[in-house]
Amino acid sequence: MNLLAQIWFILWKDIRCELRSKQMWIGMGLFALLVLVIFNFAFDLRVDNKAAVAPGALWVAFVFASFLGLGRTIAAEREKGSMDRLLLSPVNRKAIYLAKLLGNVLFIGVVEIVALPVFAILFNVPFSAGALIPIVLLGTVGIASVGTLFSAMAAATQAREFLLPILVFPLIVPILIAVVRATSAVMLVTTNEPPWLGLIAAFDAIFLTASTLLFEYVIEE
Amino acid sequence: MALANKETPVVQPAARTRPVPLPVISLVLWALTLLGMAVTIWMAFLYAPEDAIEGQPQRIFYFHVPVSWAGMLAFVVMAAAGILYLWKKDERWDWVARASAEIGTLFISLALITGSIWGRTTWGTWWTWDARLTTTLILWFVYVGYLMLRNYMGRSSASNRAGAVMSIICVIDVPIIYESVNWWRTLHPAAEVGVAGALPPSVVLTLMISLATFTILYAVLMIQAYHLQRVQTLAQRLRAELE
Repeated sequence: MNLLAQIWFILWKDIRCELRSKQMWIGMGLFALLVLVIFNFAFDLRVDNKAAVAPGALWVAFVFASFLGLGRTIAAEREKGSMDRLLLSPVNRKAIYLAKLLGNVLFIGVVEIVALPVFAILFNVPFSAGALIPIVLLGTVGIASVGTLFSAMAAATQAREFLLPILVFPLIVPILIAVVRATSAVMLVTTNEPPWLGLIAAFDAIFLTASTLLFEYVIEE
Repeated sequence: MALANKETPVVQPAARTRPVPLPVISLVLWALTLLGMAVTIWMAFLYAPEDAIEGQPQRIFYFHVPVSWAGMLAFVVMAAAGILYLWKKDERWDWVARASAEIGTLFISLALITGSIWGRTTWGTWWTWDARLTTTLILWFVYVGYLMLRNYMGRSSASNRAGAVMSIICVIDVPIIYESVNWWRTLHPAAEVGVAGALPPSVVLTLMISLATFTILYAVLMIQAYHLQRVQTLAQRLRAELE
């Protein structure tokens, strides 16, 4: 079986699992919406400060919601005892990582697709969806690439719920800065912005490679 | 008690049969550190001239720069030990990484504190979101996260590998964090030593001696922390054997 087929089988298993339970998607989606609503109260959004706060609120909602999903990636497998079976089967370790990563990007992506229109309505900020899609996609890949790797580490401990954000938040600072700036560049007229999208793409490329290579060391028993 | 005495001991401590050699390297390094610290304090407060613009508070620079340097050196050592561990599968490299992480956390904390005090007197604020400050703060979070991960995972080869992977990922990430915050905003004074004639020679000399002293301090603390890690691992193994 080649790598792509292995990735597809593991990914399809996770998608079917999720389609049956629907726990994660609904939980993450509702959480993201609630964060947006809470931001509305916390910052007392008005017409004059809306455009400045909105990109940050959007990304805090996305990042927090994605951590709910990331935390479950390997932990769910361990709880069901299926992690050992996955490791025993003749599957390339890189395929496990890439499948889990794709799964995470897919789950977070679905939540983002739901949350974006709601965000546009609640915050009433004009933006073109076409310009926002590459930012959201690249940013999600960046968060998920580091997050998937570290979720395997955190899942091996008793304290995975709070250990994962503690480990990953500092590392995704470049992504967070870049996506928020790039998003506000879409919503506001800005001049002389550094190439944020290039920074996110470089981050993604570096950490996709590093995480794919290093993942096998983390899950070896 | 009597029963316990009858049993043959599981492991005869090797140290009792073999005389413990005098830790010559440690003693020499400790002596060098003491001497260097005395010289650094004298130079920083009496020898180096008072800064024309910043005045006396500038003297914290002779401690702030070396502790920041030691904190970053410890980070690089930790990541290098992580790579060597994954390559050689020798747990001694993991002891080096753990020891370096503990000492690095200490130095980075000191760097944040001394930098904050200096910033208060010179910039008029304890904190600003400048690239170096922000990166140092994130480095501190990374260190603490690393120590937490290692504590939660205990002493196993899975923990050693996770620590190594984390340190490699972090050492790649720190320059990216620095650059991204740099694009975002920056205020910190640029490195002034390299610029010809920017600093008087007495200041450069004081800084160099201070840097050397703190590097030796790092080395001597590393030796102690490394042995502590080794003894802790051996003690835990002995306990597991008895249970």
